[in-house]
Amino acid sequence: MTNLGLKNEIREIPVENLLNEVLVLKKQGMRLSQACAAYINEKFELSYSFSDDAAYELINLRVVIDPQTQVPSITELIPQAVFYENEMKEIFGVKIEMISLDYENKLYRIKQTAPLGPKQETEVKA
Amino acid sequence: MANIKRSPWLLHYDGSSCNGCDIEVLAALTPVYDAERFGVMNTGDPMQADIFLITGGINAQNQATVKQLYDQMPRPKVVVAVGVCACTGGIFKDCYNILGGADTTIPVDIYVPGCAARPQAIIDGVVQAVELFQQRSDEHDALVKQNKEGREK
Amino acid sequence: MGKRSVIPFGPQHPVLPEPIHLDLVIEDERVIEAIPSVGFVHRGLESLVDKRDFNQMTYVAERTCGICSFQHGMGYCEAVEHIFDVDIPIRAKFLRTIWAELGRMHSHLLWLGLLADAFGYENLFYQAWRIREKVLDMIEMTTGARLIFSVNKVGGVIKDITADQLRIIDGTVTEVEAELRDLEQVFLEDSTVKSRLVGIGILTKEQAHDLGCCGPVARASGISCDMRRLGYAAYSMLDLEPVVATEGDCFARCKCRLYEVYQSVDLIRQAITKMPKEQELAVPVKGNPNGEYFMRLEQPRGEAYYYVKGSGKPFIDRLRIRTPTFANLPGLCEMLKNTELSDVGLLVVTIDPCISCTER
Repeated sequence: MTNLGLKNEIREIPVENLLNEVLVLKKQGMRLSQACAAYINEKFELSYSFSDDAAYELINLRVVIDPQTQVPSITELIPQAVFYENEMKEIFGVKIEMISLDYENKLYRIKQTAPLGPKQETEVKA
Repeated sequence: MANIKRSPWLLHYDGSSCNGCDIEVLAALTPVYDAERFGVMNTGDPMQADIFLITGGINAQNQATVKQLYDQMPRPKVVVAVGVCACTGGIFKDCYNILGGADTTIPVDIYVPGCAARPQAIIDGVVQAVELFQQRSDEHDALVKQNKEGREK
Repeated sequence: MGKRSVIPFGPQHPVLPEPIHLDLVIEDERVIEAIPSVGFVHRGLESLVDKRDFNQMTYVAERTCGICSFQHGMGYCEAVEHIFDVDIPIRAKFLRTIWAELGRMHSHLLWLGLLADAFGYENLFYQAWRIREKVLDMIEMTTGARLIFSVNKVGGVIKDITADQLRIIDGTVTEVEAELRDLEQVFLEDSTVKSRLVGIGILTKEQAHDLGCCGPVARASGISCDMRRLGYAAYSMLDLEPVVATEGDCFARCKCRLYEVYQSVDLIRQAITKMPKEQELAVPVKGNPNGEYFMRLEQPRGEAYYYVKGSGKPFIDRLRIRTPTFANLPGLCEMLKNTELSDVGLLVVTIDPCISCTER
């Protein structure tokens, strides 16, 4: 039992390869279990976690980008990622293109724009 | 009508709490603590409710909902803020999406402290609310009677 | 073809203890599509990392949710301990396990009660909650609080369970087990209960996998996945086999959670016998966290993620909590398709939604 889940790696990839890598992991039968953003040192760090239900492996795809970079949505490959992507978009202001069900920054309906994202953009919505 | 004792209906709404106080409100109504022995009953319908138990702070989205629920309740009404988040915003006071306690949106009559508020404290708050409701109802009745007499003259 | 219309469901609804809103597209009495909208409980708890240092964040993490609060605190502490690379005392690991399992028991009993309430069996609701109070009494006896008990800290725990208390816990879980065996007959045999649960809201194994479901929802669909097998806390020293059902309907989800209560009872008994005697409860942690870690653990509702990233400062850079209900929401939308409108409340309850967790 103790040999389960030993693999817990973070794999850094360029943003252009994101869709490719996601597709590869999907075809391996892994499940998207988490996706999140972080705003650290004026860069967005996006993490897409894929886990395996039999061996309990965890692979985290890490994309580090500038705040202005456009990120392709993975919802065409994995439809259930809509909530994760909408959350990143609303709370951090990550520019994600073509989400299949885009809540247009109305998932949580918070007053501020991107409260955890770059500071200069923080302003109260009208 | 002065001698009538009233059995108010409770309405419970979860603001942006962590869920702890909500579960304690429900636990206070179940038979182990049994707040219902003080003559109150839980309801899901704001239009029938007399006492409004609110847990958790107010955020940008639920502000309108809380206001609407309060407005839908018939007069007289009593509001009980359960838990420290509903009183002041609590541990989440500094979060970007929290406006503060329940009294930023609706008038609160009784504050029940605790994180999470214990069932004993909630029952104490409910009992005080029942007394306050009785007092307000009597005042309300007297006012109605006065108005009626005024019209008849 | 009937006329399509949209019915709003929630946020304030009798079956829901917490607010969530669903827009139900219906055709006659049949649900075609459900679009959830969340945000009524969103607080923005993750933003507090700027204002509280990494030790204080334990208490914030615990208040993500009042039901699985201990497990939230434990997940955060284990993630930070991984970054520090410290090994906590074995006794502290066992104590964490016992409290976590007591938490799971009370959460599942609570859910069984809410389920009974959702299909209108009030008597059963009260019976389940009566049993639950015994579990809460044990928690109160050992920690001093009922729901949010704040006994975790980075590096261990702050309270011990004495030998006398362990004996009482051992006796009480046996009582709880016996009483639940009585209730089990009603939950699993009663024809009125069965008629509301069997065959409703079926989620196949493939769907559950594609939609990323976790916890009892996935296990009821036949995915044998239980994060406790990763062996965090003391689970590596205990025997456990995931409770799995294959039907994927509401009845299977009910069965899974019911049997998991017995599993928790078993794990608590194992932990009590295997626990080492007197030992210190925590190791001192020096310095500030520098590094990042993805911690996974099994909450009553499924797998939860804690991502902590620190850069050598007392204030960590990022705390991300992904809670099980968030992962089960796509599954819920799928389940709701092609069901009767009258089953919607019941189906929402069967994923065991914890909206406060979800929105943080």
